Formats: sequence, C-alpha cells, structure tokens
Amino acid sequence: MRVGFFVTCLVDLMRPSVGFAALQLLEAAGADVVVPASQTCCGQPAYNAGDRADAIILARKFVGEFEGCDYIVAPSGSCSGMVRTHYAELFADDAAMLARVQALAARTYELTDFLVNVLKVKQVPGTFAGTVTYHDCCAGLREMGVKSQPRALLATMAGVKLAEMAECETCCGFGGTFSIKFGEISSRLADNKCQHVANSGAQTVVLGDLGCMLNIEGRMRRRGDTTTRVMHIAEVLAGPTADAPG
Amino acid sequence: MQVASMHFRERAHVKLNDAVLQGNLRKIKGKFVAKRLAAIGEIEDFEATREAGRAIRQRALDDLDVWLEMFERNAGARGATVLYAQTPAEINTLVLEIAARHEVRKIIKSKSMVSEESALDHAIEAAGLTVVETDLGEYILQLNDYEPPSHIVGPALHKSKEEVADLFHVKHGTPRKTGVEELCLEARGVLRQHYLTAGMGISGGNFFVAESGSVVLVTNEGNATLTTTLPRVHVAISGIEKIVPTLEDVATLMRLLPRSATGQSISNYVDVLTGPKGEGEFHGVDHMYFIIVDSGRSEILGSDVSEALRCIRCGACMNHCPVYQNIGGHAYGWVYPGPIGSILTPMYVGLENALDLPHASTLCNQCGVVCPVKIPLPDLQRKLREREFAEDLRPWHERTGIKLWAWLAARPGLYAYASRLGMRMLHRRADAHGMIRRLPFGGGWTDGRDMPAPSGRTFRDLYAQRQRNKGVINK
Repeated sequence: MRVGFFVTCLVDLMRPSVGFAALQLLEAAGADVVVPASQTCCGQPAYNAGDRADAIILARKFVGEFEGCDYIVAPSGSCSGMVRTHYAELFADDAAMLARVQALAARTYELTDFLVNVLKVKQVPGTFAGTVTYHDCCAGLREMGVKSQPRALLATMAGVKLAEMAECETCCGFGGTFSIKFGEISSRLADNKCQHVANSGAQTVVLGDLGCMLNIEGRMRRRGDTTTRVMHIAEVLAGPTADAPG
Repeated sequence: MQVASMHFRERAHVKLNDAVLQGNLRKIKGKFVAKRLAAIGEIEDFEATREAGRAIRQRALDDLDVWLEMFERNAGARGATVLYAQTPAEINTLVLEIAARHEVRKIIKSKSMVSEESALDHAIEAAGLTVVETDLGEYILQLNDYEPPSHIVGPALHKSKEEVADLFHVKHGTPRKTGVEELCLEARGVLRQHYLTAGMGISGGNFFVAESGSVVLVTNEGNATLTTTLPRVHVAISGIEKIVPTLEDVATLMRLLPRSATGQSISNYVDVLTGPKGEGEFHGVDHMYFIIVDSGRSEILGSDVSEALRCIRCGACMNHCPVYQNIGGHAYGWVYPGPIGSILTPMYVGLENALDLPHASTLCNQCGVVCPVKIPLPDLQRKLREREFAEDLRPWHERTGIKLWAWLAARPGLYAYASRLGMRMLHRRADAHGMIRRLPFGGGWTDGRDMPAPSGRTFRDLYAQRQRNKGVINK
C-alpha cells in the first residue's frame, strides 16, 4: 500500500516534529509511505481568499504529485478537507481533470481517520501520561467526519485520561487569513477556547490541525498560561520521535 | 435602513469592548443552541426532513415565476390585491398609497424584516402618519429611538431585562418594573389600545402559498393575529422568494422553522390568512394587500449565490456562529446579520458597500450544518470573496500577499529556498517560551496573541536529510 504523505505547509514550516510523528504512526502501522519532494501547499489560502486561478494552479500541482498513490494522508483535517471536499468544485468545467480529482479526493484522508478506518490501528507507539482535552477542528469535524477517531486512538493509550471541554466543537477563531484580517475577533474566539480548556482541568489540549494549534497556543501564552501544553494528536500518539528535531 | 456594513471591523471592535452587550450575548449564547438540539431530537429523521425542506425551497425558486403567477391568481380570486415592489422605496410608496386610499391615520405593524430594508416606519412618520410596532422586540427598539434590530428572530436580543426596564420607565413614565412578566404586561397595556384604533395592520410573511393565495405568519406573541385582523386593512410585505407551492410544503417547513429558530416544536401562533372578510363573515379585514418585494432578489436568483434565497429566516446560522455570538448583530451594519447576512447584505446593498462581510467568517461551517434548508453558507461566502478578488475590491496588500504566496508555492525550488530562510529568521525571534511577541506587519496576529515560533528547519529539509542518512534517494 503506497501512502502519499502530504505534510501540509504549516507543519512543514512551523512544526516538522508533527510531520515526523505522523510518519512514524503510518510506518508503524505498516504503510509504505512516500513523501513527494516537490509538495508545497494544497492551495487553500488562495481558494478561501477568492483567488480561484491560483487555487486551480496549486490543485493541479497537488494532483500531479499525489495521484500515483493508493492513498493520500495529511496530518490536518483542513488540508485533507480541501482536497476531498473542495477540489472538485475547482474543476467543474474541466471534465478530464474533474475525473482525476474525484478519484484522488476519494483516496484522501485525515491522519487519524486513516489510522482507524483504513489501517485499523489498535495500538500506537507512543506513551503519554496525563489528562488531555480534545479540540475538534472545524474542517476535520465538519468536512471529514473526524470526531471519534482521535478519541478512539487516545483511548488505546493507558496513561491518557480524556476530560472533554465545553464547546469542544466550536471554532477556535483561526480561519486562515481571518486570524490576521480580523485579529481582534479571532483572538476573542481563541480566548474563549483557552477558557474552556482551562475549565476542563486538562494539562494538555490535543488537536489535529496546525492552524488551530498556533492560534490556541499563541493566545494561551499571551494570557500568561505558560504550562498548559498544546499538542498535535500525532505527537501524542507517536511519542517523541528520533527523527524529529526539538 | 442606513447601511453601515463598510465599518464592520470598527463596529465589531466597539461591540467586543462593550461590557454590557458582552454580558447579554453570553446569556443568550448557549440557550438557542441547546434548545434547538433538544427540539430536533423530537423528529425521528431530522436530516431527511432537512433534505425535504431544501428540496421544497429549491423547487419554489427553480420555477419562481410560475408560483408567483399562481399566487397572484389565487390571492386575487379570494379578493386580495397583489402588488410588486421593485425597490425598497417602492415598498414605502405603495404602503402610503394604500393608506391614503383607505384614509388610514394610524398603522400598526407586526414584525417585518423586509420593511426594515426600506425603513418603512420612517417613511410612514415622514408622511405625517402614526406607526406602532407591536412585536415586543420591535416595540422596544422603536421606543429606543428606532434602534436597529440585532437579530432576525429576536430583534432586541442584545438588550437585557434591566435595559428594557429602564427604557419603559423613562418612555412610559411609569414606575420602574423588574420582572419580565410585569414588563410584558406593561407593553401589552400600551399596545392593546393601538390595535383597536389603527386603520391598517402591516405584517411580514413567512410564506406565501401559491396554491391558496395565503400568507403564513409564524409568531409567538399573538400580536400578528391582532395586527392582521382588527384593523380595516391588512398589508402583508415579503420577498418574492418567500413563495412555496403548497400548504403541504408549509407543513414540512413548519417542522423545521420553529425548531431551528427557537427550539420550539411549534410556535405559539401560526396564522394562515387568505383574502379579506368574505360575504357574511364576521372576522377579518375589509381589504387585504400583498406587497411582494424584489429589491435585489431576482439578481441573486440568477447568480452563483442563488441558494441563499432558500432561507426561511430561522436565525439558526447566527445563533450558532462563533463570530456572531461574540460581536452581536449590530456590527454587521444592516438588516440581516450573521452568516446569511454576509451573503444577503452585499447582494442587496452592493458588494462595494459590504466588502468585509463575506470575509467575516472563519468558514467553520457551523452555520451550514444547522441550516434547515441546507444553504452552503461558507461556499456562498467564498463565491463573494471570489467576486471581490476578481473585481479588485480587496486591499492591495491582501491581494499581493496571496498572489506572492501562491506564486512561490507553485515553484518548489524557490519555495524551499525562501521558506528555509524565512523560518530560520522567524526562529531567531523566539523568546524563552518559543513565542514571538511581535511581528512586523503581523500586528493582526500579534496584537492579541503570541505567534509560536517555527522550529527553525523545514520538514522537507529534515526529511531529505533523513533519507540521505538512510541511503535512500528521495522520491
């Protein structure tokens, strides 16, 4: 099984450790992972900004890079959601391309969904001790149906106790460029999220998307909370990985 | 209503820092969400009902001209007069003409958001007539010098009981009441006399039923029933898109509307009004008019955001919107706030007058999943963003930023080089906690948050190195 790993631009640039953790999970579950070297961005920033022409260029690039794979997996509900639920709309007027995109979209997965529903993972390599709370990232939840999968994987870890927070499905306020264009509103939404995390009593908030991670962690530190950890689900499940930089 | 949507950002800033409003918003936030959830649980297959609702509304829009003609025919056959308003100004002109024809001096109104589009109350007053809003929320706003509504279902939701108590005390000149029931009774006491002395009652219209020529009104206070039956003349005002083919369709939509709006299985009142009082009938008005409003709707119908016209005005999208929940409805600057307003406002008042609204959303799609008629709100917001981008309506730095990013991302070699350099530089700005406190040109982010600093090297570089160490040539 050839699994194309789409690291996503944010993981690539900001948190390579998340990428290596995801790789470790896929490889530990027996997947033959390939990482196309020319990959960059799925095009979502352009798509959501209304820059359709550039979104199409980047979507074409992505399809070319990944369509040789049996599956495409990303450690992000947002980026995998872009491919699975939005690419087709970009090529509505291009029948040949549309067919290719639809075939690829059906094979594109968010990481935890892939681990649980395709690889049927029952145990994970990492160990973790502590109480965590899970933030459901919007695109993962509402585009990719990611809800039970990360929780099922966390439940396989003996040391993990899950304490659900209130409004775990409410947006953290990231929204891509929304977070900069409407920084004040975005910060308020992140602030609400931080409060719910704090009220849950968990020492760690776990989630599946880098955008939300940067937003929540950034607001949390600005609020003066320097102890609550914000971790990507891959990092929790994989534990510290040898390849990952600090 | 005056359009202030160009000032969304500034208005949101004010609302975010209004402690009283924030307290009021917090109180209502969870209520709608929890009530809706409980109410939709009563329906065995809510998703199937949603799909049926979507199909009914879409069918109505697909052949709108046919249903409108049928409505006009059937309403006419029952003695009502059907008039059309092309613009908001025409709504006001028609209402004043009808008032003049029937020598009306005082007009009472039940809730009509369409009449907010044309600022009908101001036009009535300017013509020297009296107008009294009878919906409690609208009455409160009218009393408060025509404060604009902040929600399409509960126009005065942004106000607390205490604020209303103060307002009644001052405007009615009565001792200050504190209980909700007392306040309601006081308003009722004032309003009752108007029902009996008004010559005309104006209502909105939740649905216009093509097969029967009826208007359906969905309310909770009973004021619409009085408004539309006690005066001599009833004028129902609503948009062309509010047509539904059959009463059976209304029954299905009524399974969705109150549940999605207020979490009720059924609203306290549902009026189905068909024509004026007939020969030998005792109840009802002498004259019934319909004003069916276009005012931008036919343009939406022919556009790529036409699905927005399926809206049945339940307000679920705003009740569930994290942005709306935190800034309230006034920030949006016109009649329709929240996610549906972010589509309708730019379409009705001009995209150039509401540039920020299609962007005032994280695209979290909470609105899309609760919409009872499955309007893909984030997709429609994105369509308007595309239009803004194509028409050069976005600020240059935003356009350039996106273009530059996309240009780089399409050139992997250059992208690798630039990102390697960029991440190294950003990494150096980190403090002891790995945070960047301030970013040049990144104030939008760092004014309210730290920016977690990048680790320093990109995944692709590290991965290439790992593969080299393993003796694998990177694919």
